Amino acid sequence: MTQILDPLMIIALALNFVTLGVSRIRGVINAVALQGILLGILPLFVHPEIGVRGVLLVLVTICLKGIVIPRFLFHAMREVNIQHEVRPVVSYMSSILLGAVGTGLAMVFSYTLPLAEEHTNLLLVPASLSTVWTGFLMLTTRQKAIMQVLGYLLLENGIFLFSLLLLKAMPLLVEIGVLLDLFTAVFVMGIIIHHISREFASISTEHLTELKE
Amino acid sequence: MLIHHVIHVLVALTFPPLLLGVIAKTKALFAGRVGPPLLQPYYDLLKLLQKGSVFSTTTTWVFRAGPVVGLVTAGIAVLLIPLGNGTALISFSGDLILLAYLLGLGRFFTASAALDTGSSFEGMGAAREVTFACLAEPAFLLGLLVLAKLSGSLQLADRAGYPGMLGHSLASHWPTAGASLALVLFSWFIVLLAENSRIPFDDPNTHLELTMIHEVMVLDHSGPALGMILYGAALKLFIFAALVVRLAIPLATGSAWLDWSIFVGGMLAVAVVVGVVESTTARLKLTHIPVLLVAACLLSTFGIILLVR
Repeated sequence: MTQILDPLMIIALALNFVTLGVSRIRGVINAVALQGILLGILPLFVHPEIGVRGVLLVLVTICLKGIVIPRFLFHAMREVNIQHEVRPVVSYMSSILLGAVGTGLAMVFSYTLPLAEEHTNLLLVPASLSTVWTGFLMLTTRQKAIMQVLGYLLLENGIFLFSLLLLKAMPLLVEIGVLLDLFTAVFVMGIIIHHISREFASISTEHLTELKE
Repeated sequence: MLIHHVIHVLVALTFPPLLLGVIAKTKALFAGRVGPPLLQPYYDLLKLLQKGSVFSTTTTWVFRAGPVVGLVTAGIAVLLIPLGNGTALISFSGDLILLAYLLGLGRFFTASAALDTGSSFEGMGAAREVTFACLAEPAFLLGLLVLAKLSGSLQLADRAGYPGMLGHSLASHWPTAGASLALVLFSWFIVLLAENSRIPFDDPNTHLELTMIHEVMVLDHSGPALGMILYGAALKLFIFAALVVRLAIPLATGSAWLDWSIFVGGMLAVAVVVGVVESTTARLKLTHIPVLLVAACLLSTFGIILLVR
């Protein structure tokens, strides 16, 4: 099992760095979508005996994260006329290095966690922590509202990875609930982005520090 | 054994320009052109060797030494790396350091020769070349570190009784440490593109100021000296492509001839992949190049972390 899991985790980790280093918003959306699809397939490898319920979860996850949400974001980009450049507050190089430091720390930290025996040697936990960290980085160092939506998506990807350890214990409803929350969040954010752009002619969150009637 | 050494030298000496030809042909096919013949780099070399040389009066011996040292270091380096059957002509414990420094020495003299002309234009190229090399070399060495850790040896090729880092034993590590090796493979491919000044780092076809890193350093060379630089560059491409091929397909089929044909096929495949990359990607902004090279370093670093965790 680990033979298949580890390469998938490595690809997921590599996609984290792609999201931090790519300068086009479209590239970031594609990377996050690809990561979502990748994570969607994972339950089949972690718990091969999940049955109909699990397969349903896999399908829903892939549809939402890989197709619906990215399409919605592309649509938002077209509607609101968002420029294609990411324009980070922290340079690409520093973002990547910060991401690397975070990933390294995640690897170190995951050994100190009291995990179940069959999970200790998996890359699952470090990958999850590092994806959460990348999501936080994205949230804090990017100005455009759409990048923050993507930051949330990364964060959710990280949490989803962690929840894979508990898939057996976690009821289907909770998972679906999380996905629904996420979808609603993205939807609401899309509307907010639209409003920000109508009011302020820019979706840079820098302008949100001033209050305005 | 002797016959393999002879093949090693023959392949290493005659094969490199063909890689350039294959890359050019692939790019031509992508662009819908017929393109130059596969053997065009050989014709170019012959043409250049028959020409006379012009040396600027402001230059010193450094300018003349540049191409020679560049060619000789690449020539020695190619003897250190394992080719088809996993052995090399020169092999001793620690030869990976010699390989890295030979490539460094060649670069040092090429850059010095460019600076020696006193042209600000060539100085710019030299500055860019060494700046990017600062980032490409760690990625390469960290990749070697992964292989050293895996194989427990410090020599590149197999030697009687001593398994090498890129020798036959590598095949047994792919199933167990495949993730690390794949990371190194990807990192080395980026280094290959950077070290040989291919797109996305540099465009070897143009002589425009903005794109130039390697090409600008050799603008003042002419005739046989330029031929030596061209051949040295082809050798360097051959070295990196050989490392990538040995890492990707370390097969030992038992029959040495089959190993050699797999190796040659792999080299051609690498050339085709380089051609595809050059056809499908645009050259990066100069400010983005360090980002990609740092990413290559990180890939190798994670390769190590995955091994030692």
